[in-house]
Amino acid sequence: MTASAARIHAADDNDQSSPLSPHLKALENEAIHIFREVAAEFERPVMLYSVGKDSSVLLHVARKAFFPEPVPFPLLHVDTGWKFSQMIAFRDRTAKELGLDLHVHTNPRGAAENLSPFTHGSSFFTDVMKTEALRQALDTGRYDAAFGGARRDEDASRSKERIFSFRTAEHRWDARNQRPELWNLYNGRIRKGESVRVFPLSNWTELDIWHYIKAENIPIVDLYFAKRRPFVQRDGMIILAEDERLELWPGEVRQERMIRFRTLGCFALSGGIRSEATTIDDIIAEITTATVSERQGRAIDRDEAGSMEKKKLEGYF
Amino acid sequence: MTLDADIVQLDQDFEADIAGADDPQDGRRLRFLVCGSVDDGKSTLIGRLLWDTKSVSEDHRAALLAKGSKQNDLSLPDFGLLLDGLKAEQEQGITIDVAYRYFQTKHRAFIVADTPGHEQYTRNMATGASTADLAVLLVDARAGLLEQTRRHAAIVHLMGIRQVILAINKIDLVGYDQKVFQKIERAFRIFAAGLGEMQVTAIPLSALKGENIVTPAREAIGWYSGPTLIEALEAAPPATVSKLPFRMPIQRVSRPGESFRGYQGTIAAGEIGIGTQIVVAPSGERVTVSKIVTFDGEAERAYAGEAVTLVFDRQVDASRGDVLTDESEPPLSGHAFAATLVTLQTEGLSDGGRYWLKAAGRLLRVRIHIDETYDLSKASWAKSGALPVNAIGRIRLEFESRAIFDRFEDCRDTGAFILISPQTNNTIAGGMITDQVEAGSFPDERVTLTLPRDLADIVLALPAVRARRAEVEIEPET
Repeated sequence: MTASAARIHAADDNDQSSPLSPHLKALENEAIHIFREVAAEFERPVMLYSVGKDSSVLLHVARKAFFPEPVPFPLLHVDTGWKFSQMIAFRDRTAKELGLDLHVHTNPRGAAENLSPFTHGSSFFTDVMKTEALRQALDTGRYDAAFGGARRDEDASRSKERIFSFRTAEHRWDARNQRPELWNLYNGRIRKGESVRVFPLSNWTELDIWHYIKAENIPIVDLYFAKRRPFVQRDGMIILAEDERLELWPGEVRQERMIRFRTLGCFALSGGIRSEATTIDDIIAEITTATVSERQGRAIDRDEAGSMEKKKLEGYF
Repeated sequence: MTLDADIVQLDQDFEADIAGADDPQDGRRLRFLVCGSVDDGKSTLIGRLLWDTKSVSEDHRAALLAKGSKQNDLSLPDFGLLLDGLKAEQEQGITIDVAYRYFQTKHRAFIVADTPGHEQYTRNMATGASTADLAVLLVDARAGLLEQTRRHAAIVHLMGIRQVILAINKIDLVGYDQKVFQKIERAFRIFAAGLGEMQVTAIPLSALKGENIVTPAREAIGWYSGPTLIEALEAAPPATVSKLPFRMPIQRVSRPGESFRGYQGTIAAGEIGIGTQIVVAPSGERVTVSKIVTFDGEAERAYAGEAVTLVFDRQVDASRGDVLTDESEPPLSGHAFAATLVTLQTEGLSDGGRYWLKAAGRLLRVRIHIDETYDLSKASWAKSGALPVNAIGRIRLEFESRAIFDRFEDCRDTGAFILISPQTNNTIAGGMITDQVEAGSFPDERVTLTLPRDLADIVLALPAVRARRAEVEIEPET
């Protein structure tokens, strides 16, 4: 299947999907159980939707969990204003075709202070436009539970996180004193103002995500597939040059090669990789033999040692 | 199992062909935990497993090697840094919380939980144990069985894990002495027999040197002919499923409109088909399943482990926390139950204490009575009136209304519970139902006050009352 064939399908229109392996079925059942538990116990759940492949899987499992009922909570996209334009188009199309209650929040400081990841640094930019923005949106919506698509195989600090991850009223994660989490009995008891972050895909690996996308024929943003695309090389990163927000620095030349993206975020902070993988099977083959980790292209993870943990302590997803 | 030439090739095979002929994606992952006392080498062992199965990516390898290594003589990185992902852990060089890692060999995919050895973090070890099919219990060959080794073995057994690999580590540091190995193995088998049924495989190994982890150490440990750690893990049978007939706790009732009412939940045991008559517990009402709804279409049958939505032939009073069960073999139903539990927070548990109990789909108020505590050094039960942190105890649970359970050994999903503190909202114990008992071990100490609304609000707002909110019942005046 090529990228262009990927489209949003209704439940009765997924004849291209293949039966799930017992392994994927077990992961799906676990995630459905988690979704339902939150919907039953919390008053104002919300799903963080980042438009990436994990979010696409998360949304798909959410639809399966409640079918035939529509997804009984809104989706929230924290838009930094610097996302790939293809992501925004995909997001709006998905919300429209599936009839989702999508909320988009952008930190007003971005426009007011004219913030840019290039001039203000990835660390500061992410703090304001992602972490602070997320806190604003969660406070405004008075959400008591927020689903995220994070997986434990992504990062060393994420590998430590619970499925129901408690947050203080200030959105802080106390990594050293997490609640015990036994069996599938999730403790959802919180006080007013406190919340939990919920990760139904905790036990999925990157490879599981791709196998599942293939088996369930889940639409994803085209940027995951290799294509001839213009880019510039900056600080060792391949940055997509399809956007007028990108200003070339002295000495930089626009090149064009077959590239794709293994993770998607802000176009300025998500590095591409050279790849010939134009189908999901190609991607699976590429990852199976890959020798570098998934988030290697992400600028924010490299800022400093333990940077993901630090961001999470402050409320980053 | 005997060693064969195939295994020597294992290392090369990983590189040549990770997604081999029998695709590990096909089977369910084996979930195991690595536990044992502090400094017995847990993080090194898992680091070694990941390293030798080529599960560490190049950028992580480079980052690790760049951080310098304590284990320079073997040109290996400090494996602790690979797993201890929290800053506090790296600063102190200890494991605080459980880390989950995902790897696969040619034959099988695994989820491994690296759990902390310090007694202080037993709650995190229990978290890792609760979802595992198998435990790798590490022992330092020089130190032998410690109290913490015994505590972990007891918790592992308590949580229903019946397969243990006793990894006798640092065997190189005792000169590969077979007698040391045999002595520890014997001592452990005697202790394990006291806990109950448990299948034990003992392996002598060196996590640091990589002996008997992935690569067999025939030269160094010539007297050992059993499996390497990875072989034992690949050969481990999957965890047994419940033998009970149909059980499904109702997790959520779905009512998108007048025309549809579906009962959502994950099947805990057995199977269900369209047309089957089942019972709603505790009400005892009988209903027939008319539809099994899934996103992928209506199903004829559904099985244990599947998350489904059931539709009945008629309207019935059933809600979250009720259990749908087979007619022939009903679950335990009553006001009082016996249970075994492990305490997880410094406050411990007090006799006569009132807590929230969460079990499949239910949050119930419960009062507990402490009977016995497990003495780890003597491997026997002793009378007790209180349970400090990290203790294993036998208790009785008393409910105000009828509760439904199965014995944990019969069905995990309907036999397990957690206790939640009404003061802190933290999870303070994990427990397993062992039996139903006679109710009435507590005299009714409740006092009923009938107050006007505004005065009631003031009383409820008093700090002393607020702290014991779980014990207060409110009934609107009629």
